[in-house]
Amino acid sequence: MDWFPLWNSLRIAGISTALIFFLGIFSAYYISKAPRLIKGILDVILTLPLVLPPTVVGYLLLRVLGPKRLIGTWFLEVFHLRLTMTWWSAIFATSVVIFPLMYRTARGAFESFDENLAYSGQSIGLSNTYIFWHIRMPVCRQGILAGAVLSFARALGEYGATNMIAGYTPGRTATISTTVYQLWRTNDDALAFRWVLVNLAISFVVLLAVNMLEKKRGV
Amino acid sequence: MSLYVDIEKKLGNFHLKVFFEAENETLALLGASGCGKSMTLKCIAGIEKPDRGRIILDGVTLFDSDKKINLSVQERKTGLVFQNYALFPNMTVMQNVAAGAKREKDPVKRERLIHEFIESFGLASEVNKYPSELSGGQQQRTALARALVSDPNILLLDEPFSALDSHLRFQLEQEVRRAIQSFGKTVILVSHDRDEVYRMSDKVAVMQNGRIEAMGEKGEVFAAPKTKNGAILTGCKNISEVKILDDNHLMALDWGLKLYVPNIPEDVEYIGIRMHDIQAGEGENHFRCFVEEVIENTFSYTLLLRGVEGGAKTFGWEVDKKLWNYYRPKTGNIHSPASEKPVVDIRIPSDVILLLKG
Repeated sequence: MDWFPLWNSLRIAGISTALIFFLGIFSAYYISKAPRLIKGILDVILTLPLVLPPTVVGYLLLRVLGPKRLIGTWFLEVFHLRLTMTWWSAIFATSVVIFPLMYRTARGAFESFDENLAYSGQSIGLSNTYIFWHIRMPVCRQGILAGAVLSFARALGEYGATNMIAGYTPGRTATISTTVYQLWRTNDDALAFRWVLVNLAISFVVLLAVNMLEKKRGV
Repeated sequence: MSLYVDIEKKLGNFHLKVFFEAENETLALLGASGCGKSMTLKCIAGIEKPDRGRIILDGVTLFDSDKKINLSVQERKTGLVFQNYALFPNMTVMQNVAAGAKREKDPVKRERLIHEFIESFGLASEVNKYPSELSGGQQQRTALARALVSDPNILLLDEPFSALDSHLRFQLEQEVRRAIQSFGKTVILVSHDRDEVYRMSDKVAVMQNGRIEAMGEKGEVFAAPKTKNGAILTGCKNISEVKILDDNHLMALDWGLKLYVPNIPEDVEYIGIRMHDIQAGEGENHFRCFVEEVIENTFSYTLLLRGVEGGAKTFGWEVDKKLWNYYRPKTGNIHSPASEKPVVDIRIPSDVILLLKG
């Protein structure tokens, strides 16, 4: 069994989770402080990928990043870089799809944060940066970590958008989910089933981690 | 050392407009929830921004809408203590107090300062505990130590005892009073509890609907509230609308009692009579009353009375248990129909009647 799809899935999910971890947290932090109208509008836009079919996300990404499209053309001309059909193209897809998960869980964690802690900190002279890293983040840690693990799990299972932007090339862009589909399509049921088991095992571990994080939060 | 506050802030239908000054003393903002007392505190701390006005502390302008001055919370150097203490849950007692000493840049001095406050607040054996492992009293001491170690110019206490039961509350009040005394600068205390305010403060400002209705030395404010709301907040339970009959007589409409009060001002709309100011026996403003209900308190009874000549509402008389046992009428039953209820003689000396505006 060629383990490339596992490795590829893990690196795509890992990189996009790391990226979205920070992006989601900072968006959540600043948007939770924004005026209500701006908050409402940004909230809808940023949550959209959660409810859109992944194929629609893939389509929209291709319209922007495709070789004949605005950003795609620019990268091709300046860096001689094709943004689609490489293994890391999938990172665009997974990042967009998992962003709402990270953003919303982080925002939920920040919203349940007792602002009096921040005010107390400010009144004794602590800087806002210090309060963010040494008080707000540690206090919201469990919620944020649960969001990150959930995002990782979702990134690992991403199929639709990934398939459209990175395609399926064995040994190059194949992920677990695209491999399962390909194997099933070509009647290789036994191998498909093995990959399904691999996927189940990973998902199980990830959800167990989420549960443990949430239980800790309850104490 | 003084605080000058003159601010205005609109928030939806709510309109806060307060003006007050305080010297090196404890000023209590007394009011029901939603009266604007916490908002006022937040404006002083810099958490909320007033629409208009000025806040000056010890000659330093913290906020001035005309000069566009609005110092950050950090720059204002206020000591804030919240009802829930807002201790950093991820830090130990030592780390919480140390966070308060961060302004001191010299590490040797800082260490000394931290230990001094840990000692003087009796926290030496709890330094490695987390807030969730502390008792209510220890949490409060930690919060006070953290606020005071930062060397604030003013101490702001937001309902510091509301979450506590009465026994613990009494102990903690004493600790806070000690801390206030050694602090020696202006302290603003926000509270809805009149007893707490009376014990803790020097001056009281009674607030209602975003305004300060009455302000002064606590003895004055409590002894002679000028408004209906002031009377309620200082614990007066018997309040009735009145009709002025002549210069020296008025009718308490709710109770149907005609009362003698010398020199009644024209703008009196209500009167208040504190339950324990009513006396047994005959004399000035003597009335015969039916006892409609007897409520037993820890050390006294509260009797609900209605004049024998009728009145729309009852009023309360708080009477010492021993006195009532001696004075209790031997005939009549409070559960009987009106005319057979026990009857008592009471008098309401004219000097205990509070003359109030609306």
